[in-house]
Amino acid sequence: MITPDTEAIVTGAPLSRRRRQLRKAGESYGFLAPTLLLLFVLMIVPIVMVIGYSFQDRAVMGASSGFVGLANYVEVLSDPGFWKATGNTLYFTGVSVAAHLVIGLTFAMLLNSTLIGVVPRAIFRALYVLPWLFTAAVIAVLWRMLLAPNGIVNFLLTTDVEWLASPQLALGTVTFVNIWAGYPFFMVSLLAGLQGIPGELNEAATVDGANGPQRFWNVTIPQLRPIIVSLLLLDFIWTSQQFALIWMTTGGGPIDVTEVLSTFTYKLAFAQYDFAVAATSAVLVLLMSMVLAVLYVRHQKARD
Amino acid sequence: MATAAITTRSTTRSRNTGAARTTRAARTRMARIGVIIGLVLGAIFAAGPVLWMLSSSFKSNTEIFELPPRLVTDSFSFDAYLTILTTPETVRFFLNSYVVAGTVTLLTLLVAIQAAYAFSRFEFRGKRVLNVVIISVQAVPPITLLIPYFGLVVALKLYNTYPGLILTYMVFTLPYAIIMMTGYFNTLPRELDEAVRMDGAGSMTALWRILVPISVPGIVSVGIYTFMIAWNEYLFALTLTRTNDMRTVPIGIQLLMGQHSYEWNQIMAMSILGSIPVLILFLVLQRYFISGLTAGSVKS
Repeated sequence: MITPDTEAIVTGAPLSRRRRQLRKAGESYGFLAPTLLLLFVLMIVPIVMVIGYSFQDRAVMGASSGFVGLANYVEVLSDPGFWKATGNTLYFTGVSVAAHLVIGLTFAMLLNSTLIGVVPRAIFRALYVLPWLFTAAVIAVLWRMLLAPNGIVNFLLTTDVEWLASPQLALGTVTFVNIWAGYPFFMVSLLAGLQGIPGELNEAATVDGANGPQRFWNVTIPQLRPIIVSLLLLDFIWTSQQFALIWMTTGGGPIDVTEVLSTFTYKLAFAQYDFAVAATSAVLVLLMSMVLAVLYVRHQKARD
Repeated sequence: MATAAITTRSTTRSRNTGAARTTRAARTRMARIGVIIGLVLGAIFAAGPVLWMLSSSFKSNTEIFELPPRLVTDSFSFDAYLTILTTPETVRFFLNSYVVAGTVTLLTLLVAIQAAYAFSRFEFRGKRVLNVVIISVQAVPPITLLIPYFGLVVALKLYNTYPGLILTYMVFTLPYAIIMMTGYFNTLPRELDEAVRMDGAGSMTALWRILVPISVPGIVSVGIYTFMIAWNEYLFALTLTRTNDMRTVPIGIQLLMGQHSYEWNQIMAMSILGSIPVLILFLVLQRYFISGLTAGSVKS
């Protein structure tokens, strides 16, 4: 039997070569077929659907679905609740991401220090990674117990505060909980980055008379910069989409002080059953996220 | 390593004067003490809450909020764990989570290994575009997808079923898995699988007989990460299921909090039991996992 390959060798015709290339292209699409199918069903179709919903007066649950133009967008964008949620999301995300970087880098530097032995370092690393291994539901109930009015946090601080129910404290408190839950991702990645910095760089800087802080700013940070930028973008994307932690600690309350875009949108759909307006809010959230996605893709491509 | 080199160098340089040497030694000792204090404070911040969760799961409910709080309890008992493990409803949450997360992991690996093979070993039209699409999927907010998924899942009669959850979870697991897996395949020499293809075997054979067996560490780390994402998922589990016999562990924890109004020892026991699969996977395989994660998702 003559396979296309042997045929190409026998005849050496340029046509066969082209056919072989085609077959190779066909093969790669064969391997990608399940992925393409899933991405189509799970991404393209839903995004088209949600955009469609946002231009209708009643979506999903409604019997009649008429086209209403930009009415839903006007409604969402003129809703003070939407802007309150946007502001809260920015605060929650900005503070969380900044703290994740600072704590993650500090812990990574401590764990990278040669002033202590290998075994203690391994033990400390295992302890530091712990918060990462718990799901948002566990983190939420754990901190609800710790932060209860008669809980251990109030005992240790000798305070008597309702951390999650006070309008003044709730947003700061959920942000703190999110900081606790999220720094290990930075720590682990930065630790890997630190271990990848060639020792000669630090030695050379020392010979040139650089002290600790100078070495940190002029050697360590520039070396870690690509990782740091990736981490910041990824964390910004993830944290701005956080739902579970807020939903299970405060539910967006008291009133709306911890309402973020995801809880705001969720309530529109599954508490008020206004799927069209919820879809509109969801499309706006998607648009904001796409800005971050463009930045992230450009950064990743620049690093290749 | 770098710091050690610096210290020795500095010591040799300051050998001229004894006084300088002692200052140097004193400074190193101070630095070590500083590092240790920092590490201990960090450990309290990181592990303190977890320790309190563990301690509370062995206490009675009255003891949890007793003042002054005690880490080790007089009435130490496994009652809370026994209750969780003998109540059919809570056992069902675990069963559901294992079924869903396990299936998602297997399917994701199956699909992602093939896609990663195409990305790593073939040149084809649309490769760059598809690559960008897969990176961007990571930025699509779950809340945006939730509303159309709800419509789709209801229309396809998959509401409150395993397939409904399994299918929708794959939109989050697949991009990471493909990116991490492609990164891993890229580290393996092309000659390995190309040689087999040259000998006349198909690409499928080259992939499954040659590439996959030597990629076990990479596949393991991708599998753990996928399992973690699926095990922890909350939003879709909350919205796309209705009855308690379909709920997963994260929703189960929340339900327990509502139903048995604040039986904190049971809630903490359930939390710990619900974290054990991920904890074990992580502790046993953290070396593979961390290197795989940093190689794939961060450095890509």
